[in-house]
Amino acid sequence: MIWETVRLALQAILRNALRSFLTVLGVVIGVAAVIAMVTIGQGSSDQVTASVASLGTNVLILRPGRAMMGPGARDDAPEFRLADAEALNALSAVAAAAPVSSSTLTAVYGNANATTLVTGTDTSYLDVLNWSVVRGRGFTDPEERSGAAACLIGETLRQKLFGNTDPTGESIRLRSVSCEVVGLLQVKGASTFGQDQDDTIIVPIRMLQRRVTGTTDVSSIRVALAPGVTTARGIREIEALMRERRRIGIGEDDDFSVTDMAEISSMLTGINNVLTGLLSAVAAVSLLVGGIGIMNIMLVSVTERTREIGIRLAVGAQARQVLMQFLIEAVVLSLIGGLIGILLGLALAYVAAQFMAIPFAPSLSVILLAFVFSAFVGVVFGFFPARSAARLDPIEALRYQ
Amino acid sequence: MASSGAPIIEFRGIRRTYGTGEAEVRALDGVDLTIRRSEFIAIMGPSGSGKSTAMNIIGFLDRPTEGTYLFEGQDVSELNRDQRALIRRHYLGFVFQGFNLLARTSAQENVELPLIYKGMGRAERAARAAEALAKVGLQGREHHDPSELSGGQQQRVAIARALAGDPEVILADEPTGNLDTTRSREIMELLVRLNREDGITIVMVTHEEDMAAHAGRLVTFIDGRVASDRAMPARRAAR
Ligand SMILES: Nc1ncnc2c1ncn2[C@@H]1O[C@H](COP(=O)(O)OP(=O)(O)O)[C@@H](O)[C@H]1O
Ligand SMILES: [Mg+2]
Repeated sequence: MIWETVRLALQAILRNALRSFLTVLGVVIGVAAVIAMVTIGQGSSDQVTASVASLGTNVLILRPGRAMMGPGARDDAPEFRLADAEALNALSAVAAAAPVSSSTLTAVYGNANATTLVTGTDTSYLDVLNWSVVRGRGFTDPEERSGAAACLIGETLRQKLFGNTDPTGESIRLRSVSCEVVGLLQVKGASTFGQDQDDTIIVPIRMLQRRVTGTTDVSSIRVALAPGVTTARGIREIEALMRERRRIGIGEDDDFSVTDMAEISSMLTGINNVLTGLLSAVAAVSLLVGGIGIMNIMLVSVTERTREIGIRLAVGAQARQVLMQFLIEAVVLSLIGGLIGILLGLALAYVAAQFMAIPFAPSLSVILLAFVFSAFVGVVFGFFPARSAARLDPIEALRYQ
Repeated sequence: MASSGAPIIEFRGIRRTYGTGEAEVRALDGVDLTIRRSEFIAIMGPSGSGKSTAMNIIGFLDRPTEGTYLFEGQDVSELNRDQRALIRRHYLGFVFQGFNLLARTSAQENVELPLIYKGMGRAERAARAAEALAKVGLQGREHHDPSELSGGQQQRVAIARALAGDPEVILADEPTGNLDTTRSREIMELLVRLNREDGITIVMVTHEEDMAAHAGRLVTFIDGRVASDRAMPARRAAR
């Protein structure tokens, strides 16, 4: 009997396809919004998580000046030197310390040119960042020490300058320096902050210092802690060493900062989750409004179909059968709406994921939840109209014009 | 089916009033009436004389304010909504002046409607509906919507619907009120045939002497009372 009722409900729905569609439009939009929000939110969360992984595990960043996120002003704290990185390397808590100095330059190859971030560093940098070379090789220690003009390029830059051809062995020009491409970097994707990490060139830091910037400054040091060393202990030891090296007296503040990137990323994940939650709440409200829409139109439908109800009562339908009919109709209707909404939401999220360059991350549990919720909307908002249908007096209903 | 001629419907002092005090309307004011199995009764009377009210009570769509209603010998005056629905479902068929078919629903599905509530399976329903439609001369029209049928045909569908549930009694309140003379006569002939061949008890309200002439007995209502009740010699009902 229940299947019979469902079948009849479907018939009634299809008999009035346009009205049915308008009835569920609210639910369609509500569900689509929730699904799209949650899926996009999950995707950008995954993105953050992935970029945390791309930072390498247990990686700290040292910068001169008080706070990394401070408003611009770098005070007059002295820059690091290469010797600082070497000293850090000597600490037992440190697995590797890579000095970094970077500059935004235009790289030229033949007729093509592209402005990109050029990072000067040493050979441990790729290990610290969990990064590797997929074609060619990394530069060697001797090359680094001598400041050889050898460079590694990221995939995005390779596309810009070389297209799909093999860049290794070619020379690109950075300012006046002709630099041989020795290796192509593995694709790394966007960073936590959304920059394309593959639009880059990595060169020996001494080459950059001597032939481009003309200073011996090291703007930051990336430190990978040794296995088993806690972040807290690592930071403590690094701070002690750097205070000593920079001759900071007891009671004086640090004039450098040590940042745990994983911490920043998890903070970003948190913000991301809050935003997703808020947007989902807004979407859920629209789902509620959709439910009220269903109730409204079902009520209108009870009035419109008064005579039908009268006929059903006359041929022997009991009140509870009329109630069930309308209730099931509402549930079937909102489930259909939910289904369309889910598909639409996934499609929206998919398109958005392409545009935002984040992973498309549909979640089965959210989809099921949306489905169950639409059934629930049907029951809740279908009940009132169904009850008023069931309460109709057959004579009045039959007489209704 | 019980033997023909036994009382199936008995009204004893049935009153039905609407409103109270000054505004009270006595739609039925003490009606005594016995209808026997396989009778074909026509009810006539001026507008507002209580014919429809009587039909609604006979048809378990309404309850008397006072008096006793015996259906197949049982006092049914106090049945609740659900119980009355069950009696309609299993014993009665209705034919209305305005046809009352479901719009955008094929003749076949309209006829199947009471069978759904009887809990019949799809195949059996389809067979019964086709049979009932054939009986009213609508074979080949099973898949037409009411909007694609003439008034006479629509009323046949309604009769098929009343018939399909295999009722004891068919109640027809002005079944030809919306039809021209030729169609009216066809409908009457159909009702007469159902009464004669299948022994279905028929109670019909009409305004037209011509139509009433098809019945075996004529009851006239005036002001909520039975003013006259006589057998019609010209036509006999089912034996
Ligand atoms: N629902 C109702 N409320 C109030 N008065 C009603 C109602 N139904 C019928 N009546 C009154 O009862 C009387 C009998 O009506 P009805 O049985 O419909 O007459 P008939 O069918 O003979 O024309 C009329 O005076 C009518 O106005
Ligand atoms: Mg009337």
